Amino acid sequence: MLNTWMEEINWENMWVATWETIYMSLIAVAATFLLGTVLGVLLYLTDKGNMWENKPVHTVTAAIVNIFRSIPFIILIILLIPFTTFLLGTMLGPSAALPALIIGAAPFYARLVEIGLREVDKGVIEASQAMGASQWQIIQKVLLPEALPSLISGITVTGITLVSYTAMAGVVGGGGLGNLAYQEGFQRNNNEVVFVATVLILVIVFILQWIGDIWTRQIDKR
Amino acid sequence: MIQLKGLSKAFQTKTQTVTAVDNVSLSIDEGEIFGIIGYSGAGKSTLVRLLNKLETATGGEVTIEGESITSLKGQSLRSARQEIGMVFQHFNLLWSRTVAENIAFPLEIAKQSKQKRNERVQELVNLVGLEGREDSYPSQLSGGQKQRVGIARALANNPKVLLCDEATSALDPKTTDSILALLTDINKKLGLTIVLITHEMHVIRKICHRVAVMESGRVVEEGPVLQVFRNPREHMTKEFVRQITEPEEDASEIVFDEEENGAVVQLKFLENKAEQPFISKVIRQFDVDVNIIQGKISQTQRGSYGSLFIRIKGSSEEIDKALAYLREEEIEAEVMERA
Ligand SMILES: Nc1ncnc2c1ncn2[C@@H]1O[C@H](COP(=O)(O)OP(=O)(O)O)[C@@H](O)[C@H]1O
Ligand SMILES: [Mg+2]
Repeated sequence: MLNTWMEEINWENMWVATWETIYMSLIAVAATFLLGTVLGVLLYLTDKGNMWENKPVHTVTAAIVNIFRSIPFIILIILLIPFTTFLLGTMLGPSAALPALIIGAAPFYARLVEIGLREVDKGVIEASQAMGASQWQIIQKVLLPEALPSLISGITVTGITLVSYTAMAGVVGGGGLGNLAYQEGFQRNNNEVVFVATVLILVIVFILQWIGDIWTRQIDKR
Repeated sequence: MIQLKGLSKAFQTKTQTVTAVDNVSLSIDEGEIFGIIGYSGAGKSTLVRLLNKLETATGGEVTIEGESITSLKGQSLRSARQEIGMVFQHFNLLWSRTVAENIAFPLEIAKQSKQKRNERVQELVNLVGLEGREDSYPSQLSGGQKQRVGIARALANNPKVLLCDEATSALDPKTTDSILALLTDINKKLGLTIVLITHEMHVIRKICHRVAVMESGRVVEEGPVLQVFRNPREHMTKEFVRQITEPEEDASEIVFDEEENGAVVQLKFLENKAEQPFISKVIRQFDVDVNIIQGKISQTQRGSYGSLFIRIKGSSEEIDKALAYLREEEIEAEVMERA
């Protein structure tokens, strides 16, 4: 029965879609990690009582982060269509989903980074200043390493959100398992495709969570 | 070596101005352990933080070896800070680094080569007695071991001065003693100047050469530890001195036995006199008996101090001769009661 059931599925398309989803997720996670970390560090440092205390910069950064965090992702994709076509010349395919994915996830991750940095012991920062560390040395050798477990568990959560975003992006032409499930499954009424695509997405999510958990546990020496 | 001239620091809060340090002038000599004692909120932490410009003074000046710390900025301030080690109450170690990596941290900041760092770390690990724990993380260490890492780290760049802000206040008495012994050892071995802040008088007694007493941002009394302990002038100082002498040395607590004859005498020792066998000399040279009622002798870095209550029994002349002898030996003998 399983044999006849699975016969309806074009496995080649399924693998292509799976790799597209993995590709979109990985690139988006990497870019979100970089952009979100930069934004999060900026949010933290410009906050009251910190190294670069600066109310205007903090307020503006926080406002941008909050706005982009609050726009529903599906609407963000539509809002970003002109930007994406300008950047890539097309709205179709896995790469076309990347700008929206990154702009949607980076502000979310930036907040998690900021929260993680706030947990770094102020005494340790003060000790570093007392040793004559420069601001860059403090960021690089104290703030980021001391907040690393939060940064890793934060990027894991964000990565899982990103996988679900790729599925949404697929519906509007972005490629990947979401796109396959929508076009071959939903529109042609092929439930098996939807089912298999769902299972594959779940597998990707579980693997991400598993890697994130192990990594966090390994580096957390607190 | 360290000069504070009219140093002040005021914090501006929304509702008021808090003068944490108020016109403090002090001079700290090279190679000495200088203690600053005061209750919580007296402004001690603010005062040491002014010494490496973690706080910016609102008035006055700090100079270390002739260099004005208060006017330094940017890179020159950072270089100056590398020559001032600091030890904290809550250790402030990086949990993400091992013992060796924590000690290497200031060396990385000073851009030392990897090989030099490793050599220096090993020296420091030996100096503070943490052999074998190089690869442990701070979370695997006891409080005393953490503070040893903190001290090793503070010494890494061969500083001229070591600032200790309540370095033993989070430790139990036994561990406190071992850390104080380490600091004394370092002071002797390296000739390092140490400025130590505490609210505990016994810390001052055990390791400091000179002490300043702080109250509401001001230094109310200052001098060699022994002198301050023996003749506290200010009320605040007397309170602190009582911390470690109560109740034994308070005469009012002693119940004199009316039935006994002779004289009750309180003896106060000057430096080093406590170690001499003066009681046996008194008994041998004069026709008197001596009963020790109670007493307490404490050691400081520069000698012993303390007092002893004794009852001398014998004929009136012999008692007078004994007292005269004691006074000749520069032991203060105060007759509390004579029958
Ligand atoms: N950053 C600050 N802002 C405002 N007030 C402060 C600040 N730091 C210290 N103070 C105040 O200065 C006084 C002295 O504090 P501190 O130097 O920490 O005392 P100590 O170390 O002797 O306990 C206290 O009244 C404290 O509330
Ligand atoms: Mg304090």
